[in-house]
Amino acid sequence: MTQDRIRNFSIIAHIDHGKSTLADRILELTHAVSTRDMRAQVLDTMELERERGITIKAQAVRVEWKGHQLNLIDTPGHVDFTYEVSRSLQACEGALLVVDAAQGTQAQTLANAYLAIENSLEIVPVVNKIDLPQADPDAAARELADLIGDDPGHVRRISAKTGEGVEEVLDAIVARVPPPAGDPSAPPRALIFDSSYDQYRGVVAFVRVVDGRFSTREPLRAMALGTLFEAEELGFFSPTRSESGLLEAGEVGYVITGLKDVSRLRVGDTITSERQPASEPLPGYKDVKPMVFSGLFPTDSDDYPDLRDALERLKLNDAALFYEPETSKALGFGFRCGFLGLLHMEIVRERLEREFDLDLIVTAPNVAYRVKPPNEDWVEVHSPADMPNEIEEVEEPYIKASIIVPKEYVGAVMELNNDRRGRFDHLEYLSEERVHLTYELPLAEIVLDYYDQLKSRTRGYASFDYDITGFRPGKLVRVDVLVGGEPVDALSLIVHRDSAYDRGRALVERLREEIPRQHFDVAIQAAIGARVIARETVKARRKDVLAKCYGGDITRKRKLLERQKAGKKRMKQVGMVEVPQEAFLAVLNLDGERKS
Amino acid sequence: MRHLYVHLPFCAQRCGYCDFVTVVGRGAQHGPYVDALLHELELERELLAPQLETVFLGGGTPTFTEPRALARLLGALPDAAEVTVEANPETVTQALAALLRRFGVNRVSLGVQSFQPHLLDVLDRVAKPDTVRRAFYDLRDAGFDNISLDLIYGIPGQSPADLETDLGAAIELGPEHLSCYELEAKPGTRFSHAHGGELQRQAETMESYFELVVDRLTAAGYRWYETANFCREGDLDLRSRHNLAYWLGRDYLGLGVGAVSTVDGRRWRNTPRLAAYMEALEARSRPQREVEPLSDEVRRRERVMLGLRLDEPLVLGELAQVVDQDAMKRLAHLGLVRTDMRTLALTARGRFLGGGVTADLLV
Repeated sequence: MTQDRIRNFSIIAHIDHGKSTLADRILELTHAVSTRDMRAQVLDTMELERERGITIKAQAVRVEWKGHQLNLIDTPGHVDFTYEVSRSLQACEGALLVVDAAQGTQAQTLANAYLAIENSLEIVPVVNKIDLPQADPDAAARELADLIGDDPGHVRRISAKTGEGVEEVLDAIVARVPPPAGDPSAPPRALIFDSSYDQYRGVVAFVRVVDGRFSTREPLRAMALGTLFEAEELGFFSPTRSESGLLEAGEVGYVITGLKDVSRLRVGDTITSERQPASEPLPGYKDVKPMVFSGLFPTDSDDYPDLRDALERLKLNDAALFYEPETSKALGFGFRCGFLGLLHMEIVRERLEREFDLDLIVTAPNVAYRVKPPNEDWVEVHSPADMPNEIEEVEEPYIKASIIVPKEYVGAVMELNNDRRGRFDHLEYLSEERVHLTYELPLAEIVLDYYDQLKSRTRGYASFDYDITGFRPGKLVRVDVLVGGEPVDALSLIVHRDSAYDRGRALVERLREEIPRQHFDVAIQAAIGARVIARETVKARRKDVLAKCYGGDITRKRKLLERQKAGKKRMKQVGMVEVPQEAFLAVLNLDGERKS
Repeated sequence: MRHLYVHLPFCAQRCGYCDFVTVVGRGAQHGPYVDALLHELELERELLAPQLETVFLGGGTPTFTEPRALARLLGALPDAAEVTVEANPETVTQALAALLRRFGVNRVSLGVQSFQPHLLDVLDRVAKPDTVRRAFYDLRDAGFDNISLDLIYGIPGQSPADLETDLGAAIELGPEHLSCYELEAKPGTRFSHAHGGELQRQAETMESYFELVVDRLTAAGYRWYETANFCREGDLDLRSRHNLAYWLGRDYLGLGVGAVSTVDGRRWRNTPRLAAYMEALEARSRPQREVEPLSDEVRRRERVMLGLRLDEPLVLGELAQVVDQDAMKRLAHLGLVRTDMRTLALTARGRFLGGGVTADLLV
């Protein structure tokens, strides 16, 4: 197909604003899928994604509309995958910007809309769910038009659910989105905007061909990483897999590579032909680095090999996942894992528990730190336990946070951000009612419960997104926890000097509630170096007996004792003290207490 | 087998805190029930040694059983060195005391629970403090020289002063033996529903009650020989021989509805349903039983669990297999157990924490 008949686009929408329903309706209208066999929401493949209402991995679907080839490129729906979103958008010339007629623009939509504008995409604004009783299509259309500098009259008003207005949207794509403008006779270049792993076929790359053409059995090279491979199979999805043997300039499709390791073919890299190589890769490749770290330990130490195997298998499909073995005195053998962000962490953890049936202790997340010990070079530290005792300088990652909130909650949001070492950046009214705020914040301040706090202080109305901006120096200290005089490595945290005392006190108070009374008094201390900053005591039990035990009670009593024994076995031994696993999660819930 | 337990389930009324197999009233069934007991005895007689060491009649309220039926039962039971009957104060009369004496009963365990009206009320007990004293004197007058009193502490609303008063009143009577139990309010029971909140509020205060009981009784010359049992010090060994058999892991035969037996590595519990029990025995067949095989390992664990309730050191021997040596050393270091590696005993502080310490000790 000549390039002037091709349109490549994605759909930008907030969770639940109807992206998947709209995609389904498009597939139906273009007869790619019959209504009858259509599994609702074809594009979201994984069970987990469907349950969470998000899409982790992008895919692309080719459909026909009035003599044109339309490629719908799905974008991941969350903040942690901004880089993947930006690559998906780079593969398009246009985007549908979809907003719920009742809810209006959300922070995430805004962030992705800005990304699309930065990528010079033609934006087709769409207000969805006009059939809802509480819909206010005019207000949503005005807000949307303001956002992208368009006329409210150009905003399409549709109901993806009923199908109303969807044909017009397809027409608008053909009319407004420019065709691809690569060079069909230049040395071939294709952008990898997503990849997945198939256990039989190896790594599958999703690509947008920019220049030239690719065919089966051709030796290829990924330019940034230098990986050499062969195109075992080429084709596209419509939405079922369809082998074409050829992908030409402007087209979107897949390449089966036979590679056994996803990390050798990274999103954002450029594929070229080994025989007729392009001189320059496509712009924009970044090596994404994990920013949030957490220790993962099996509840039962016998499960360590299972956890290792599970991480290996997840890593096959998730190039952004990082892990290395970690040993904790309290929790035994496990792994320190690195994630793009909080959602990524949550997804990995859920998959480990659900798909691999593992029972895990996940330590409180922390961010990556850059540390300079005296007379040494800078090092990156992924765990509080690895923080050197003597530090000359330390830097922590910062984010730019974008928050959209009804105006009456602006004060609450500002207060929260001030508590979290935030620096005010910008405030603008999106409409009479809704305000867009931006703040600079240390990433460490949002990894624990920032999102929950934001939601609870705005009665759920705030929407939030962020972008990592870089490392900055911070006055940070490590707070250690000692239980019965023994340091508990898994409970150490790195905090700003000014909040060390409050956090230390909150933590020991919390632990006092979590650690059951033992046969002796247990001191719980928080310390910076050798200086104790907070202390609590779990008083020894004074009695622990079942009074009555005669002939008829022996079995019951024995079973009670076995249960008590099993309970003790589930605890982790810190010196002489039995610490329940829940206590290791105490750090996670500290911030809730901070305000009270 | 030298130990026999006989269960008499009948009570005048049910007490809120009680979780034994009991049946209220049903006077007409007392006679037939005794017949059933005697049939069961016949069925199991070959298990019994020619000379028994102990017989124990528990309940229920054995002394609530209709006197003729009770006499017939006592007359038919084999003789033993120690024959104990549990009694409720309000059922004790001079006539009953005489009946028990005549049929060879030489030890009575009197369910006092408390000497204070407001606490007896909470426990649904019918007896008044005076009833308790009168019952005790009636037993003494009939010649009983081995009387045990049951006391309960940790009753909702019981202050430390109340507990002192109860202990003082008990000591004043001078019984040979005392059993003191902490009240167990089982979650979900009517009793917990009514008093759970109060117990929760008092939990911290009541933590010290066990120590208080032990301190007061040992100061009055009683030996704390088992977690919840005390006997008067002196030349005579006044420990409950029947209960010692349980704590030393000996075999015992239990007769009656819901009764438990442990014989040759098997434990069984008779059906707790009175009608089913009686029906089976009317047909001269064994009642329905829930059987639990006990492996050697389980028996050893039980012997450690039970043996550590006693004040005399447990001889380890083959029991060492089920004791965690590291835990033993750690607990010795904490002053909770005493061991010379051949024997093992809990220290006084260890005994207050006996449950947790035992859980630590078992492998």
